Amino acid sequence: MKILIAVKRVADYNVKVRAKSDNTGPDLANVKMAINPFCEIAVEEAVRMKENGIATEIIAVSIGPQAAQEQVRTALALGADRGILVETDVDLEPLAIAKCFKAICDKENPDMVLLGKQAIDGDNNQTGQMIGALTGWAQATFASEITVDDSNITVIREVDAGLQTVKLKLPAIVTVDLRLNEPRYASLPNIMKAKKKTIDKTTPEELGVDTAPRVILLKAEPPAERQAGVKVEDVAELIEKLKNEAKVIS
Amino acid sequence: MSILVIAEHDNTSIKGATLNTIAAAAEIGGDVDILIAGANCSAAGEAAAKIAGINKVLVADNPAYEFMLTENVSPLIVELATNYSHILAPASTNGKNIIPRVSALLDAQSISEISAVVSADTFQRPIYAGNIIATVQSSDPIKVMTVRTTAFDPVAEEGGSASIEGVDSVHNAEISEYLGEEVAKSDRPELTAASIVISGGRGMQNGENFELLYKVADKLGAAVGASRAAVDAGFVPNEMQVGQTGKIVAPDLYIAVGISGAIQHLAGMKDSKVIVAINKDEEAPIFQVADYGLVADLFKALPELDSGL
Repeated sequence: MKILIAVKRVADYNVKVRAKSDNTGPDLANVKMAINPFCEIAVEEAVRMKENGIATEIIAVSIGPQAAQEQVRTALALGADRGILVETDVDLEPLAIAKCFKAICDKENPDMVLLGKQAIDGDNNQTGQMIGALTGWAQATFASEITVDDSNITVIREVDAGLQTVKLKLPAIVTVDLRLNEPRYASLPNIMKAKKKTIDKTTPEELGVDTAPRVILLKAEPPAERQAGVKVEDVAELIEKLKNEAKVIS
Repeated sequence: MSILVIAEHDNTSIKGATLNTIAAAAEIGGDVDILIAGANCSAAGEAAAKIAGINKVLVADNPAYEFMLTENVSPLIVELATNYSHILAPASTNGKNIIPRVSALLDAQSISEISAVVSADTFQRPIYAGNIIATVQSSDPIKVMTVRTTAFDPVAEEGGSASIEGVDSVHNAEISEYLGEEVAKSDRPELTAASIVISGGRGMQNGENFELLYKVADKLGAAVGASRAAVDAGFVPNEMQVGQTGKIVAPDLYIAVGISGAIQHLAGMKDSKVIVAINKDEEAPIFQVADYGLVADLFKALPELDSGL
């Protein structure tokens, strides 16, 4: 089976991104960029499926600036077979990204599209569901376990109440959650090998996708900062403060 | 303007998150209708009709909707959408599963987890793990959104008398099937609805030690949460995770025990009214957001807290 995986270039998860001082957007100058952690989990899952003889081909797709090629290369070094970069300098909305994926799905006919449940920049948690809508395929979000059998997949989902199990007909969209697996590191030989793998380049325009934004950012501001409070000496003082000062317990 | 709120329910009663979502709808203004999509869900429909401020309850009662499978429910919502200017659902796992699918079917760009209503087309939402509050404006004819429930006080569960209308259309895509759910049974309050939350992190060392937290929680009537580190390590199940990609909580009192305070965890709890941190590392970043910090070994502090309360 053929698997399409999505990889997004985002600010490294260790970086505390702040708003620009003129409040026009996030300040990403000189910020270390990396593959979105949830995308990494999607890549790992696809690679394991290939190692287990379930997947035959893995295509890593990124939509972003030319530099997003680095993240496609990372996916190739981790085990994806080839890459597609949809190059654009516009910060695309999930809907436009999903439309690009729909166009690629039409061409590549994958059996499964694996994505992270959300990217840690916009925190939208939308793209997978939107690809589901546009392709008409079934979707399982928040996956913590995926089992493939012939024309179906069974997915355990991390939902608010606990764990939910659903069965989907293939082709299907799966967005992955934290507990699905622990991503590996790319080995040096695999990084070298990845340099020889192909990355096809295209653009949203070539894919026929209208990228005009529907939602515009008017302002990006820092949140109200919490001030550090006081240190208490012991548990007795803590209880006293919570009862008499904060009045949150009785 | 007219707004459709997608209810979170269990076919017999309405879940609390729905009431916060209705509050957000009320801030936008106009008629607020509510959709109950489920199976044998007339009791939930009747409960919804009593909620303050509801204009009309739409009940789509069919086996195809029993488990809110998005492949079936989304086309139903799309069919109803033409009558509305806004479609809102709580930013629960269920809302997040459905709303973007509805939005793309309507060729609209949904807005995730709004935390404030500025006007009928302008909203605020946290991005970058809550380190930036974005004010965004939508030009879509139908605005499709999820609501961060902790940012809106719930409307009253009683006091309304809305009309109830059945929706007959059945959408059954037959591409997905619900097989079951593993739900942890607990007598403690639900994490996102509790007025006190006590959470444990990696410092708890193992799952058995969470008993210390449960004891304190039961004295306080609190819910118990966890950091990602504690969930990843297998101490406790996923539904207890508080953070950027877990549950968002904003109780009156949040007690973080053995949690260092990574930005991803802070994103899930820093809107709590009062924050207490108990950690043996006085340099832990959690102390920077804590109203009351106690530098102590949690294995000493928790039993003391238990006996002192």
